Amino acid sequence: MSVETVQEDLAGSGYLASDAIATTVFLAEQLGKPLLVEGPAGVGKTELAKAVARARGARLIRLQCYEGVDEARALYEWNHAKQLLRITAERAAGESASGSSGADGDSGWASVRDDIFTDEFLLARPLLAAIRSEEPVVLLIDELDKADVEIEGLLLEVLSDFAITVPELGTIEATHTPFVVVTSNATRELSEALRRRCLFLHIDYPSPELEQQIVEAAVPDLPSALAESVVRLVARLRELPLRKSPSISETIDWARTLLALGASDLSPEIVRDNLGVLLKHRDDIERAAASLDIH
Amino acid sequence: MTVVQLPLTRHLVDFGRALREHGLLVGPSEVIDAASAAEALGLQDRERLRAGLAAALLRRSGERRVFDEIFDVYFPSAVGDPTELITPPTLLDADERREHAAMLRDQLAAALASNDTAALQRLAEQSLVDLGRLPNEASAGAFSAAQALDTLAPQTSLAAALQAGTGTDGPLFTAAFRRDELRSRIGEFRAAVESAARRRNAEVRGRQRISRYAVRPSTDRTLFILAGPQELAELRATIGPLARKLATRLAAKRRRRNRGQIDLRNTLRRSLATGGIPVRPAYRIRPPHKPDLVVLADFSSSVAGFSRFTILLMQALQAQFNKVRIIGFVNVCSDLTELFASAPPGSDLTEEIRDVREMTRWHRNSDYGSALADFVDNHLDAVTPRSTVLILGDARSNHTDPRIDALRVIRDRARTVIWLNPEPARSWGSGDSETAVYGQVVEMHECATIAHLRQVVSRLLPV
Ligand SMILES: Nc1ncnc2c1ncn2[C@@H]1O[C@H](COP(=O)(O)OP(=O)(O)OP(=O)(O)O)[C@@H](O)[C@H]1O
Ligand SMILES: [Mg+2]
Repeated sequence: MSVETVQEDLAGSGYLASDAIATTVFLAEQLGKPLLVEGPAGVGKTELAKAVARARGARLIRLQCYEGVDEARALYEWNHAKQLLRITAERAAGESASGSSGADGDSGWASVRDDIFTDEFLLARPLLAAIRSEEPVVLLIDELDKADVEIEGLLLEVLSDFAITVPELGTIEATHTPFVVVTSNATRELSEALRRRCLFLHIDYPSPELEQQIVEAAVPDLPSALAESVVRLVARLRELPLRKSPSISETIDWARTLLALGASDLSPEIVRDNLGVLLKHRDDIERAAASLDIH
Repeated sequence: MTVVQLPLTRHLVDFGRALREHGLLVGPSEVIDAASAAEALGLQDRERLRAGLAAALLRRSGERRVFDEIFDVYFPSAVGDPTELITPPTLLDADERREHAAMLRDQLAAALASNDTAALQRLAEQSLVDLGRLPNEASAGAFSAAQALDTLAPQTSLAAALQAGTGTDGPLFTAAFRRDELRSRIGEFRAAVESAARRRNAEVRGRQRISRYAVRPSTDRTLFILAGPQELAELRATIGPLARKLATRLAAKRRRRNRGQIDLRNTLRRSLATGGIPVRPAYRIRPPHKPDLVVLADFSSSVAGFSRFTILLMQALQAQFNKVRIIGFVNVCSDLTELFASAPPGSDLTEEIRDVREMTRWHRNSDYGSALADFVDNHLDAVTPRSTVLILGDARSNHTDPRIDALRVIRDRARTVIWLNPEPARSWGSGDSETAVYGQVVEMHECATIAHLRQVVSRLLPV
């Protein structure tokens, strides 16, 4: 394998990777290390993990983080409803057999406990599912910065040993090392311990050449000259101090809009009337209009 | 890349050390990863090697510029080998230099207009070699990017480039922002000249020296008062996440003390360990509460450099808190909340704040005592038991009465008071500094760099 083949494979799955992105993905595969991806919103962090999964024919398992995500949602959970049912069923069976549950109550509970803390009652959440998977897996831990710091402690074991310990069952080790992608929008600092375990990739807005290729691939009917103008305009807007700079997906949306309008060229009127596709805040739109002199 | 003659690992260890000297956390395991990366990639493609080493050695985006500059010194490109350049006979007299600069400028305009990156790179090397060579004997063989750029004045190529390039755009709308595009390219050209200087000087004077002195410190270590426009942009990018962290930490402090209703699902789950009997009930945690923030900031001239940081921090904090009140003072207080709230994000408020007259009375000197007393008299209603009060200033009060009683009133009313002092801790207490007095009443932290701020934030609540 080489950086070129990684780049081709990703392109084959619809992801046009810069040389730096392809190099880092290649290394993450070669060194078997998780990849921590940071960068502004909409530059293709999530999409990268999906594209790797498609390119490798691997299953994508995604842990979407949010404030309050906990062990039970990330790792595993005992199916307690089912467990309670089993307890009740056993008790009922015991009572009808011996007439009373008195004498051997203690050993009865021990056997029930052995019974209900088994695979059958274990609900695997994304991290456990990825470790236990029989087929190759891409594990996407998306927007980790949105989760509380405590969740990072859980991740450390998974990311360094690719193993998970369930007290009642023992340690479960991965059969395949999953390809792990952790993404963050840097709304909070991730811990040093976590950063140390990962290769780091900062994805920034693509170069105009690459962005034009992405736009042309996504909107094939758009004339090439117009695609170029679109990309240049977006690059300008990204240099303005805005609340939210336009992302790649917004560039694509804007290109689609222009195609739908049948525009053959950017004109001040078209830009002014459709800035809302690129920019989401009213004061951003005003600022951009002022700077492009299209008020 | 013929320059890497040492065994690669040794070279990477040296590279790691140079990064460490600039405050990056590069330990042995990072260097080992870097070596594996270099082995997997090979050394033929310099940009791939750069990307691979960055992946192994970096931890956060803010470290990238320092990394790139040191990488240029340790892994110089072979591009612009002096033999490839058409070097004219030494340009001694000023007229000759001017003429030569004019010629280079024409070439620059053409390269800018056609956005020919290879030509721009070659011109950057050529300009440095032709115009940046230092004249005196002691600096034999060394180059100055500043001298080259002063003589060349690349910004003056803009007009010519603009004319040369209109061909493709014609009357099109994109022509409207061509000027800005060219301006960015000129900025890149300047950076290329600077990078060429670092590399060539490293060959002459040794890598270690150059990486130590010619690479600007990472944003983390830059003193706020020394930050230039470029550093400010980086500071802004770094302060955002830190402000958010500060806010979550302050919210978390509160969350811990806050137990709410019983959580049925988790109680049931726990009860399994005790045979279905809920012995240990689980509580639902109340959603985090955004605390209120009151900032009291010194805008006097002794902290003039610091105030740019203060402004950035306050702009970043504003979004993170329920309610923010921003009070500026020199010797009396003025409510600046509106000023901050109405300004677009990222805008530079230095001018506006300088124009606020109400922060001074009678004289322009700072007086913490009267400012604190004025705060208690006129703004105390902003402080509630839910408020965190952040004081930003050097506590240099021109030998006036420190009015410690006023600070006590504020402290007793607020939830927490934290004082960030931009002065190095070693000069606290000297001269008119009242740090010893105020430090007895509230927590005071040194905060002159991003690294300090990071420390303060993590110390506020060790997890
Ligand atoms: N290199 C690329 N090649 C093709 N399409 C891309 C590329 N990068 C981004 N895109 C497009 O941009 C869209 C947004 O990307 P994605 O959702 O992965 O961004 P993100 O960085 O995860 O954003 P957020 O931080 O908001 O989650 C994708 O759906 C895809 O259409
Ligand atoms: Mg995403």
